[in-house]
Amino acid sequence: MWEYAPAPESRDIANLKPNYRMFIDGQFVEGAGEPLKTVNPGTEEVLAEVSTAAPADVDKAVKAARRAYDRVWGRMPGSERAKYIFRIARLIQERGRELAVLESLDNGKPIKESRDVDVPTAAAHFFYHAGWADKLGYAGYGPDPKPLGVAGQVIPWNFPLMMAAWKIAPALACGNTVVLKPAETTPLTALVLAEIIQQADLPPGVVNILAGAGDVGAAVTSHPDVDKVAFTGSTEVGKIIQRQLAGTGRKLTLELGGKAANIVFDDAPLDQAVEGIVNGIFFNQGHVCCAGSRLLVQESVADELLEKLHARVSTLRVGDPLDKNTDVGAINSREQLTKIQQLVESGDAEGAERWTSACPLPDKGFYFAPTVFSNVSQAMRIAREEIFGPVLSVLTFRTPDEAVAKANNTPYGLSAGIWTEKGSRILWAAQKMRAGVVWANTFNRFDPTAPFGGYQESGFGREGGRTGLEAYLDV
Amino acid sequence: MSDRISVAKTYKLYIGGAFPRSESGRSYPVVDAKGAFLANAAQGSRKDARDAVAAARKAFPGWSGATAYNRGQVLYRVAEVLEGRREQFITEVAASEGVAVKKAQSLVDAAIDRWVWYAGWTDKVATVLGGANPVAGPYFSFSLPEPTGVVAVLAPQQSSLLGLISVVAPVIATGNTAVVVSSQDRPLPAVTLSEVLATSDLPGGVVNVLTGRTAEIAPWLASHADVNALDLTGAPESTRADLERSAAGTVKRVLRARPSEDFTREPDLARLRAFLETKTVWHPMGV
Repeated sequence: MWEYAPAPESRDIANLKPNYRMFIDGQFVEGAGEPLKTVNPGTEEVLAEVSTAAPADVDKAVKAARRAYDRVWGRMPGSERAKYIFRIARLIQERGRELAVLESLDNGKPIKESRDVDVPTAAAHFFYHAGWADKLGYAGYGPDPKPLGVAGQVIPWNFPLMMAAWKIAPALACGNTVVLKPAETTPLTALVLAEIIQQADLPPGVVNILAGAGDVGAAVTSHPDVDKVAFTGSTEVGKIIQRQLAGTGRKLTLELGGKAANIVFDDAPLDQAVEGIVNGIFFNQGHVCCAGSRLLVQESVADELLEKLHARVSTLRVGDPLDKNTDVGAINSREQLTKIQQLVESGDAEGAERWTSACPLPDKGFYFAPTVFSNVSQAMRIAREEIFGPVLSVLTFRTPDEAVAKANNTPYGLSAGIWTEKGSRILWAAQKMRAGVVWANTFNRFDPTAPFGGYQESGFGREGGRTGLEAYLDV
Repeated sequence: MSDRISVAKTYKLYIGGAFPRSESGRSYPVVDAKGAFLANAAQGSRKDARDAVAAARKAFPGWSGATAYNRGQVLYRVAEVLEGRREQFITEVAASEGVAVKKAQSLVDAAIDRWVWYAGWTDKVATVLGGANPVAGPYFSFSLPEPTGVVAVLAPQQSSLLGLISVVAPVIATGNTAVVVSSQDRPLPAVTLSEVLATSDLPGGVVNVLTGRTAEIAPWLASHADVNALDLTGAPESTRADLERSAAGTVKRVLRARPSEDFTREPDLARLRAFLETKTVWHPMGV
């Protein structure tokens, strides 16, 4: 293995401040909640103190959003809304490097991912949706579809800025105003996005960004004056929110967990498949709801593939998220690290065969070495439960029908992968997958023009594309 | 001509293409708008609901996997058979809803026309709702609508045929299979519709019809783990929130349509969209 000299990005670029405040009605304000300390998971050092919301602050934010909706944003011509949203896209691009470094500091993801995926995709979502704002009549929901009002949005810690963009951009384009709550462990880039929104001169109250833990999220999603709730996170919490909203008539979209099958047929280009498998499960430390966490390999090529996979995974560099050579960064929190460790122990206990990369891990920070379980059976917890970490479970199959049956044998249905050189088999398998996104001979691709979302217990509603607008329109 | 004694019909459930009585052995009297006895209908139970879900699940791969052209032809065939039963439906709708024959005629005609309208959507909905995604990279990406799966439909309580057809046709046109709870007090047109479906090349299990107490059957469907979606149109007001809460247990899609919906109005795509998923497929481009 080649040795690389460290090539760290400077943390100064993040313009880290000691304190961050919430954004309500166009102002940065102190919340009445207990301030939280956000930690760099790569070093366990405190990055900054962030003020959080008490219930009264949630109420203030919703009221501000309501006023902005009634007086300004809801009645503004789409062509004017569009220009504001285009501005946000450009400002994200201009401050892209700063945002990327800040994201890697707060989240632990490798800088090459925050730089090449998170930030550009966030900008792209604003740019794409800006163009929709004055063309909604062509979107297939009737000649003059109306917004819903105030959207309450709660997002996870795995793609903090990108998730904020996926939520805010379509909401604004369709004419809604927003109260957004980023995750407790990753509030910083959303609060810098608030600065960008201020720089873009959006009318006060159109976007409000709160901080805090799950209780603040629950206060947002259950607030009686919120017209639409959008949540990305665990299936467990998604079900709680769906129950909360029962009987209220408020519109809901959910993007929840997954346990995606990545199917490798015997005719697949194995080297290419190995790259896709690695990307599928080790991208973002496996903190991806659509991660390819169940590898289904045709039995005849399983040994060969596993050998290649172990060799490739051994070369992954785990460590400093700010180092441009790092492939796998830090696990986002101690809590998540513990959860991963527990599930891995269950894999051992249930008799799966564990292989762990011998890569060195930093002394400080939350890290987990890339791990591959083979001889996994469908009943094991590591084949059924979302691990949300760099842990792959390998199962085998003999016939294409068996592959499909195993792939669909889950209450989830967010994504799936297919690896084969045969075109007809790709289309056949893609048709059979009960999943919202199917990547064939690739994995983990995202684009604002391509609708993303789940079947079954992976949630409902889509983000992106023409289809994604439905979530924010009264149709 | 001498008066003859007519042959009265036994109204039964429709599950998996067959017409069983309720396994519970129960029935309940159905009366017309003036309170005169019309017939006994089967009073479906929890077990009947579960049998119906099993039948709908079994029918799903075949029906969702059929070509859209084939589904369109089968549904059009249903309309042909409906037309042949027009007089019978007029009689039943007039009796069930207490409307004049002329009004019943217009309701039945609208119902048949509604079915034809949805039959024509089977092979157009993917073109209208799907398409290519112009992604920023060397990939071909497209998105298509796909059926959600097994849909539990609580049919409207008032509109016994037009309302029923307006909620069932959009569910199955896109490839879903359905478990339908008919109007509780006006179930006879639903049973006659089942007879039409059974003789129209529609595979058994694609539509299953339960008669009985909506408030008794609906909770079992709302909480059933093998039901993917729930249409609340005919749910009694007092049960709606509870049904939605139960549906959350397996993240079901819930159509919160109101009982007051006016089914004589021209429909839009909303009921087709309600039970469709979007699947996005990606493949790299290159030499």
